[in-house]
Amino acid sequence: MELNEKMNYKHYNKFYDRFDFMKHRNVFFVISSVLIILGIVSLFVFKLNLGIDFSSGTRVDVQSTEAISIEKVDKAFRAMNYDPERPVVSGTHKNIATVRINEELNQHQIATIKSKIKAQFGVEPNVSTVSPQVGRDLAKNGLYALILASIFIIIYVWIRFEFLQGLTAVLALIHDAFFIVTVFSLFHIEVDILFISAVLTIIGYSINDTIVTFDRVRENIKLSRKRLSSIEEFGAIVNLSIRETLTRSLNTVLTVLIPVVLLLIFGSESIRTFTIALLVGLICGVYSSICIACPLWAVMKVRYLGKRKKKRTVQTQA
Amino acid sequence: MVKKGPIFSFFALLIVLGVIIGFAVNPIIHKVNLGLDLKGGFEVLYQVEPLKAGQKIDKDAMSNAVAAINKRINVLGVSEPNISIENGHRIRVQLPGVKNEKRARQLLSTTAKLEFRDYKDRLMLDGSDLKPGKAKVAFDQMNKPMVTLQLKDPKKFANVTKKIASYAPAGNNQLVIWMDYKKGDSYQKEVGKKNHKFISNPGVDQELNTSDVQISGSFTMQEATTLKDLLNSGSLPVRMVEKYSTSVGAQFGQDSMHETIYAGAIAVAVIMLFMLAFYRLGGLIANLTLVIYMVIVMAVFVGLQAVLTLPGIAAMILGIGMAVDANIITLERIKDELRGGKSVLSAFKAGNQRALPTVVDANLTTIIAAAVLFVLGVSAIKGFAVMLLISNVVTFLTSVYGARLLLGLLIHSRILNDHPWLFGVKRSDIRGTK
Repeated sequence: MELNEKMNYKHYNKFYDRFDFMKHRNVFFVISSVLIILGIVSLFVFKLNLGIDFSSGTRVDVQSTEAISIEKVDKAFRAMNYDPERPVVSGTHKNIATVRINEELNQHQIATIKSKIKAQFGVEPNVSTVSPQVGRDLAKNGLYALILASIFIIIYVWIRFEFLQGLTAVLALIHDAFFIVTVFSLFHIEVDILFISAVLTIIGYSINDTIVTFDRVRENIKLSRKRLSSIEEFGAIVNLSIRETLTRSLNTVLTVLIPVVLLLIFGSESIRTFTIALLVGLICGVYSSICIACPLWAVMKVRYLGKRKKKRTVQTQA
Repeated sequence: MVKKGPIFSFFALLIVLGVIIGFAVNPIIHKVNLGLDLKGGFEVLYQVEPLKAGQKIDKDAMSNAVAAINKRINVLGVSEPNISIENGHRIRVQLPGVKNEKRARQLLSTTAKLEFRDYKDRLMLDGSDLKPGKAKVAFDQMNKPMVTLQLKDPKKFANVTKKIASYAPAGNNQLVIWMDYKKGDSYQKEVGKKNHKFISNPGVDQELNTSDVQISGSFTMQEATTLKDLLNSGSLPVRMVEKYSTSVGAQFGQDSMHETIYAGAIAVAVIMLFMLAFYRLGGLIANLTLVIYMVIVMAVFVGLQAVLTLPGIAAMILGIGMAVDANIITLERIKDELRGGKSVLSAFKAGNQRALPTVVDANLTTIIAAAVLFVLGVSAIKGFAVMLLISNVVTFLTSVYGARLLLGLLIHSRILNDHPWLFGVKRSDIRGTK
């Protein structure tokens, strides 16, 4: 189909076919800026609830054959002369309790805890213990992976598309990653080692959505067969491309959300933080690809072209 | 006219694939290596430190340490141990399915330096004087377990015992047997304690010209066996300090595996229903390729002898969503073309052609992220990255080429001509129709 035909084509009858994504871009920019500021404030005020993977200490998962009470767990640990921090009960049958102890236990102490808890609750508990240095190394490693992945992705998109699209794609991606951190900080959800893999998955995934939309933008610009310069012209292309790919974006995010939500409801406790991070990231990812990456690219592109034009005029005058 | 050839090929292909999958599924599932988070077991991260001042922790020292750990793990009879060096000076030991965790831990981290000292802690004999691999558990007259050793040189033992026996008048004629004697440990201080650090302190009354030595402490059978195993596998060339450890109860592992697989099964069912409802025949083909996809991913995973962990299962479920994404991109394109008024055949061709670069770009960016994770990640994260990488590569095979092949056969038979509703396109949406 020719571009003009597509633009005038009235058979698109989805609810979003009349929605002007470009017109509302400033609303989206403001929403995202507010969320980012909220995240920064939250990081300073509430900080991150780091699991023992990143700090140090011991974590014991107590499982019982029946529903478990915090008092009982607390008492059991106090009887062994430990000071358990915030026992949390979880599991579909409320039969799992997680306890943190702020000291690194040695193998003898762990063995004692295991046998005593097993005798009292019927199931052998999980015990993890971490020293601070290992936690720091893990966090450093995760951050390193994040930066490296971002750089490679920018280079790839730069080669396949253009630099500005690579840049906006990565900005959208950092926006998503930061939003996950914000949610975890605001709601005080424990950050463990799997959190890093969730954030990295989101990076791979959020970029996916952005790429599919940019791909359509690239195609529609080719179809337009003229040199675009104004924000209106780019806006029309961006709007059309978003609308054309929106069914796909929504369906895709739905097919990934289905397993994530089901993992959240039925899946194991041990990957809970992982699935929460994925859920938040997926929803934020589809929003940022559509409402942030594309409009932001159009704005940056027009500004860039304007600057170049100015430069040229100055040069010709001279 | 409807062509029968392609339809025949379509069903023949389905039957062949069905039979292969039917035979392959069971052996694949039984060969999956379960990680310790699914099977129960424990994992320790050791920091390797020098045993003596001036000892360098280089590559050689690390591989010697790993070899020594390997020997000890063999004693435990763990089926799938995993020992890896991290950061150059750390060793991660994973023992899935290990039964007696306490004993395993003890066996692993004890340096196992056996030493014979006199009452003033002067070194008389050490592990290098023993014949390797000759320690045995035996029973004394009281039928209590003890450990017997063999020395390389009976003369040396004769000298030592002669010297010790000479302290007899002062009552100091004890040969003190230490395990992992540390500077500052003292026999004089320990001897009065109930839980003394040394193993035993037999009295020596005369020169013993023999190579057979017996150690009889107040051992339980298990303690004696552990001591024997430690002595036979040799002492560690380095000191190992536990920096991180996690242990998963077998019940816990089993429960989390069942829960996660249950969630995954429902997810697959819901996704399949969704695809059927939204893309009709296209969805059916996508579902068929999804089944093939899952079998291939598992087969590759098993073939690589990768270890399935909880994050691995999560990556697989996530991968299913991504595989379906490739189908969705293609099917949406085909729908677009159909709505534009193209025939089923040319819509299929144009849709596939236009969707391919999108799928490639979308998957390659994910592969980049997964590859970085694979290179930088450790243990559980590595398992996750492997699964994500396999998923993305297999997606090309099944969701792009597999689906194209299957759907292509049906379309070339012309049986679908004039039936755009089979792809979920309403006739009224097609351009040029009222």
